[in-house]
Amino acid sequence: MEKKELKIPMLEELEKGPWPSFVTEMKKSADNPMAADTLRQLEQSYEDKISHWKHGGLVGVMGYGGGVIGRYSNLPEQFPEVAEFHTYRVNQPSGWFYNSDALRTLCDIWEKHGSGLTNMHGSTGDLIFLGSKTEAIEPCFKDLGEAGYDLGGSGSDVRTPSCCVGPGRCEWSCYDTLDACYDITQEFQDELHRPAFPYKFKFKFSGCPNDCVASIARSDMSVIGTWKDNIRIDQDEAKKYAKNGVDIQAEICDLCPTSCIDWNGSNISIDNSNCVKCMHCINVMPKALRPGTEGGATILVGAKAPIIGGALLATVFVPFLEMEAPYDDIKELAEAIWDFWGEYGKNRERVGEFIQRVGLATFMDEIGLEPVPEMIAHPRTNPYIFFGDDLDEDDE
Amino acid sequence: MGTPTVDQVAEAMLELVTVTKGKKNLKAPDLKKAMFEKFGEENIDKKMCKLAIRQLIDGGQCIYSYFGGSYITLPPEEGEEG
Repeated sequence: MEKKELKIPMLEELEKGPWPSFVTEMKKSADNPMAADTLRQLEQSYEDKISHWKHGGLVGVMGYGGGVIGRYSNLPEQFPEVAEFHTYRVNQPSGWFYNSDALRTLCDIWEKHGSGLTNMHGSTGDLIFLGSKTEAIEPCFKDLGEAGYDLGGSGSDVRTPSCCVGPGRCEWSCYDTLDACYDITQEFQDELHRPAFPYKFKFKFSGCPNDCVASIARSDMSVIGTWKDNIRIDQDEAKKYAKNGVDIQAEICDLCPTSCIDWNGSNISIDNSNCVKCMHCINVMPKALRPGTEGGATILVGAKAPIIGGALLATVFVPFLEMEAPYDDIKELAEAIWDFWGEYGKNRERVGEFIQRVGLATFMDEIGLEPVPEMIAHPRTNPYIFFGDDLDEDDE
Repeated sequence: MGTPTVDQVAEAMLELVTVTKGKKNLKAPDLKKAMFEKFGEENIDKKMCKLAIRQLIDGGQCIYSYFGGSYITLPPEEGEEG
């Protein structure tokens, strides 16, 4: 068959300049007719100033309600190779650790069944396979399963949990994010593959307050590592920072949100009872300061990115939790939330939006969580929290 | 009404999905609520509803569909657009 010419002048404009170009990378795969038609259709979209993709519909593997996102071209006669161009979400390994064998296996499977184009990784955290025909879905799923991989979540289900690299590569991790993420993923397989909620529900695990997976902004249940003892200080290293030009007073002490750190020119002292674990001082002087050794996590609930309504940041629900397998407290909390939200949540209403609608006090009451002062940043800043027992005592 | 079997719950769910086809898309929580109403809260629980949905999906009588959210629908008939 004669090879169709790849004429994409507008896309090729994006190859100019010193930065990496997705066009250059996709052209390397253009021997695959699906990849070539993807480029051609994108060129057409640039010409027409409108997307030619439509998504949704009925695609997936038997028994699963998520993991494959149906995608179709609205110009199927013009670009027949991408008339069906479904996306797979493949559950990534915790922390995105692969060896080269694993990468070759995944690429071989995808070149056999799809366009060969991948997105590693998508904003959901999953390993994304971009573009397959409907008939390839089950065979591809079978090959993935035999290689030890499963599909991730999509639609109104538990989305593929994700975590930072944790103790695998980071000395600041206050708990084993990799283990927690894997354990929760295994525990909620049914909820991940069989959509049963009003809308999506995301778990994200960060090992420290730097929150490298942005869980506080994107996940319905955010598990952020923290510590309850003192920041570890190496005074000799602090002196070295000062000697090498770090202005500790200006760059650290003056920027501490609670002014709990002092530098007298030779020693650092920290009022740990007022430390809010913002990580700023530790980030600036990683050799001199380290998180404490009594690690655990803060559990926050209700964040979301702006898709339907506006963005929401998560709210503290459990100020400190020791993070030991089998993580029963997290599982019980998640199930209590799902029971209440599943019963009264509106279609496409995220947990955070649901909390805003019913009120935080009602929500906490229904899931059986007692309010504690550590849930809020400052006294009396949250009008939803009332200490009923105290008021009653005063009344008497 | 006594406690139904999972088969009976699945059958009732399938009937509901069939009669609402083309009029209203139903999610898993909608089916669960409808079953609680039909059989009575004292006779049925969410675990039974979950098993009934699993039975319908694994048996191919229903499928999950995505229209901005995840719904439980009848499989498309031949020639029907997905």
